[in-house]
Amino acid sequence: MAQAIRRVTIVGASLAGLRAAETLRRHGYDGALTLIGDERHRPYDRPPLSKQLLLGTWTPEQTFFRQKDGYEPLALDLRLGVPATSLDLRGRRVTLADGTWADYDRLIIATGARVRTLPGIAPRPGLLVLRTLDDAVALREALTTATRVAVVGMGFIGLEVAAACRSRGVGVVAIESLPVPLAPIVGPTLGETLLAMHADHGVEVRTGVTVTGIYGEPRVAGVALSDGSRVDADVVVVGIGVVPNTEWLESSGLPLDNGVVCNGSGEAAPGVYAAGDVARMANVWYGEAPRIEHWTNAVEQGVHVAEQMLGSADAAASFSSVPYFWSDQYDRKIQFVGRARPHDEMVVVDGSTAERRLTALYRRGDRVVACLTVNQPRALIKYRKLLASHPSWDTALSDISAT
Amino acid sequence: MKVVVDLSSCDLHGLCVEAAPEVFEIADDGALRLLNETPPDDLRAKVDKAVRECPTGAISIIE
Repeated sequence: MAQAIRRVTIVGASLAGLRAAETLRRHGYDGALTLIGDERHRPYDRPPLSKQLLLGTWTPEQTFFRQKDGYEPLALDLRLGVPATSLDLRGRRVTLADGTWADYDRLIIATGARVRTLPGIAPRPGLLVLRTLDDAVALREALTTATRVAVVGMGFIGLEVAAACRSRGVGVVAIESLPVPLAPIVGPTLGETLLAMHADHGVEVRTGVTVTGIYGEPRVAGVALSDGSRVDADVVVVGIGVVPNTEWLESSGLPLDNGVVCNGSGEAAPGVYAAGDVARMANVWYGEAPRIEHWTNAVEQGVHVAEQMLGSADAAASFSSVPYFWSDQYDRKIQFVGRARPHDEMVVVDGSTAERRLTALYRRGDRVVACLTVNQPRALIKYRKLLASHPSWDTALSDISAT
Repeated sequence: MKVVVDLSSCDLHGLCVEAAPEVFEIADDGALRLLNETPPDDLRAKVDKAVRECPTGAISIIE
């Protein structure tokens, strides 16, 4: 019989950490529960930051998962605005930047990720990123006076920033090192479709070039590109991916390799779990232990580790999940489920790239491995369910003709 | 329990339909439809899952 759990500490007060805390309480855990966050804000939702918040239709308060009084039922020791600095596995203690600490008999690591920055470029006014609520508020403020924004990196965040800028009437130059943005994720054809959509909305597109420098002192004035050209801009937004927040764990002895490596229970060491963007959790559906940065992954893993920790009856033994994400750009909702690789075949099975309303399936051998939809949410729901069972191509196609 | 959906926030991700198909569906007109506003308690775990997985927080349970 395992010793009763009386002290759980969760490091990371965003989606995965919050869902883990909620799950522990829902299953009746009534011991001490400490939730530590490095930002001063209460836990907030990130997807609206690059959408409603930048567009100005939401206030920062609307991104909070719970209002202040919403934390009373969770009975948390909520410590905000203080990062964790180290972990002592043997002593079961997390040390924080203000010199305090939190002891635990079970630990959940949900410290997420932070933006990657341009190497060798010093921070300066007008050089912005988008990851946190403070980032989003700063960018929104900058957009009120900006005339031309350079977006560096045409990943989904960069494209949402570009869309928000154009929707606000701000000029945009989007810069991408790949010849076709997002090609490794959605394939070249649909990458071109997205590129064309942005061009049609007035985004000036520069692909196949990298940023070699930033002009302007002290304030940003533009970007130097690898083809020798220069792009003038009064705001530069860098969206070139994220890196997991694992530095505070480096001396702990936990297995770290582009994230906290953990098994299908989410355990990285006995009694120590990881969830969300920072975790590389073994995923049965995926077939390996990927690090996934999606919203639904943070929810599922936060819930999963809490249930594993408590030995809850409805907890699956091993984590299994089909990755899912979405992106809102202009009047289009792009949804993607599964995992495509660069050489998978993509087939548009409904709609068309010309209409920019479509359902595409990705094929590897005789299996369907992923589905992308543009403004076809019902098809996405159908294929998300189907993909869980690694369907054959024929099964997926007969499923279409049956509806 | 009583289930309430704020249709103005619903973004049609359909995760609720997967979590609790007895309670939620996407109707033929493309909108989310609540099949049972007062589902029996044995569906509680499924409805809880739908609530926590909804990306827009559109679902709530009124005891």
